[in-house]
Amino acid sequence: MPSDVEEWKEELYGTDIRAEIERFAEEGWDAIPDDEHDAWFERFKWYGLYHQRAGQESYFMMRIGPPGGVLEPGQFREIVEIADDFSRGPAENPVFGNGWLDVTTRQAIQLHWIRLEDVPEIFDRLESVGLSTVQACGDSWRNIVGCPVAGKDKHEHVDAGALADELHDTFKKNEAHSNLPRKWKVSVTGCDEGCGQGDINDLAFEPARKEIDGETVTGYNVRVGGGLSRNEPRLARDIDVFATPEQAVDVAGGISALFRDNGDREDRYNARIKFLVDEWGPEKLRETLQEEYVDFELETAGEDLRESYSYNAGEADGKHDHVGVHEQADGDYYVGLNVLVGRIGVDEGYELADAAEEHGSGEVRLTQRQNIIFTDVPEENLEELRSEPVLDHYSPEPHPFQRGSIACTGTEFCSLSIVETKNRQVRYARWLVDNVELPEGVENFHIHLSGCTASCAQPQIADVSLRGMKTRKDGEPVEALDIGLGGGLGEDPQFASWIAERVPADEVPGAIANLLENFAEARDSEAQSFREFVAERDDEALAELIEPEETGYEDPFMHNTKRTWYPYAEEDDMDASPAPAQADGTPIPSDD
Amino acid sequence: MTIAVRTLDDGAWISVNDSRQVSVSDVWTLSHGVFCECEPAYVLLEGFFGVDVSGSIVVADTVGRCLECGTQDSIDRLPVGRIVDGEFKPYGPEGVQSIVEPNPQPE
Repeated sequence: MPSDVEEWKEELYGTDIRAEIERFAEEGWDAIPDDEHDAWFERFKWYGLYHQRAGQESYFMMRIGPPGGVLEPGQFREIVEIADDFSRGPAENPVFGNGWLDVTTRQAIQLHWIRLEDVPEIFDRLESVGLSTVQACGDSWRNIVGCPVAGKDKHEHVDAGALADELHDTFKKNEAHSNLPRKWKVSVTGCDEGCGQGDINDLAFEPARKEIDGETVTGYNVRVGGGLSRNEPRLARDIDVFATPEQAVDVAGGISALFRDNGDREDRYNARIKFLVDEWGPEKLRETLQEEYVDFELETAGEDLRESYSYNAGEADGKHDHVGVHEQADGDYYVGLNVLVGRIGVDEGYELADAAEEHGSGEVRLTQRQNIIFTDVPEENLEELRSEPVLDHYSPEPHPFQRGSIACTGTEFCSLSIVETKNRQVRYARWLVDNVELPEGVENFHIHLSGCTASCAQPQIADVSLRGMKTRKDGEPVEALDIGLGGGLGEDPQFASWIAERVPADEVPGAIANLLENFAEARDSEAQSFREFVAERDDEALAELIEPEETGYEDPFMHNTKRTWYPYAEEDDMDASPAPAQADGTPIPSDD
Repeated sequence: MTIAVRTLDDGAWISVNDSRQVSVSDVWTLSHGVFCECEPAYVLLEGFFGVDVSGSIVVADTVGRCLECGTQDSIDRLPVGRIVDGEFKPYGPEGVQSIVEPNPQPE
């Protein structure tokens, strides 16, 4: 039997949702019939609107997805202005204030506290600069990720940006691909560093070379069925297909249609294509694609160009991210700035937009490590750019603990998360910077904190993987984290093993400090990377190196933050929630 | 009166009559043997994958983890609340719970 979601989608989905959003916005929150909330909020996701969690009714998260994370000149500023005008909540966040934008691990931007009544104006303003929220959430083609410096990079085999744009233009608002069984995450990598992270996507285009009719063609090998969520992580599997840049859109369309027709629409927990690949195997998927979904002979896989993949790879060599000053192929520079946990305050957003326009082309690009990049900075502008006050905080030379920190949304807004994440990760980074010395030669150390098994912070591919949990401490349930080790991408990607489970959140910084101290003492040499060190040991031996303990670190979020309407509000009980609210923020009284 | 129950948002919620009523990430207290050997077992619910109404009781199929022994498993038909005069009254996660047996199927 099809799920409720499938029935709602069958009734109305895709671009037809826009008119309904406009109608509800015009009539106000109360116009959404009480007994249709679930259906409408599910549909709204297709337009990038996600109803915030309990206690925050009538407020929405809005996601904006620029393909490959490329925000053209003017687009970043418009998003900052929209955040300034509309993304204001009824209470302040003690670290980030009120009014910010979040850079996500899928090179998108999320705004919170959006009111339905404001959505049409926001849509108009986004469209006026060529941006959109279409299919940013929901069961369809999500934001297409890829090398964030595509088209500029010296490390490029093939321009991933061109394909990301082509896929975006072809499959957004494309009726034949609007309603898939589940979300559909696509990655395009064109460089030798692997920054598209294809291995953890439903569909991955990976750089490859093949001789066709006597000529060497650089294009893409195709992998299918990667993903991290729900305790069921999978690496994308090689389906033995090479696509030339000209064939790639047809191949992508064929696989998307195959998923549309064969994915599980009865059980949403079994719907992602990773489970179909489990069931069929890559060979059957390839056969079906060839026989039913493309009208040309598929090439077999070419030579992979993954041997120097270094992005999120945890190895001693190679570029792990885009932070810092790097020369482009055309002689200008791109400057990668660290955004701690991906969050940019509105005031600083304006300063960053000014700096990008004054010293570069005004383009701002988003990375899968929640950072931003200014492109096209002439060499003579570098010094002036680096002296901009806003770069003190959004630095091209951050401390490794800040540079390596990623955090998902967490219980601040998310329904699924078990623990508070962003503020906690900021506190962790600060404490580690102040109290822990990195072992000699360690310049990159990635700590990813995800609030739950959905894995939005990509915890399984970090040096230290943190995942939201609970435990009991002094007889009381408290927020806790599982600690994993051994994860990383690269030529031979691997997911972390969960080594220490249910560690109280206030003992995690001590655990990381002890782990690093033990690593420094026990490693073979200063040349050995942390990932290599971990790979040499079994889980039992690693568990002994993690010694959780309380330290000077203080954690204000040990209570059940999910049971609050907002974890940082002075009166944080659910009963004190000002939601749902009218367009002007006035609470709407309940019927009780 | 028809009661609409479903899971929502990737199993984050049990929705009753289009209202998000029961959330994952709470710690539920379960009686001995229902989930693991702990007495009682403090079980973090990590996701819901099914929901049903059994008489007046709303029961959920869920995945959880014991905070003491670390057992991770699914739980079928965990009572999460009941319907009184058409309204949902949630059970507190702190109360000791056992599992509701399915109603006999009509012949």
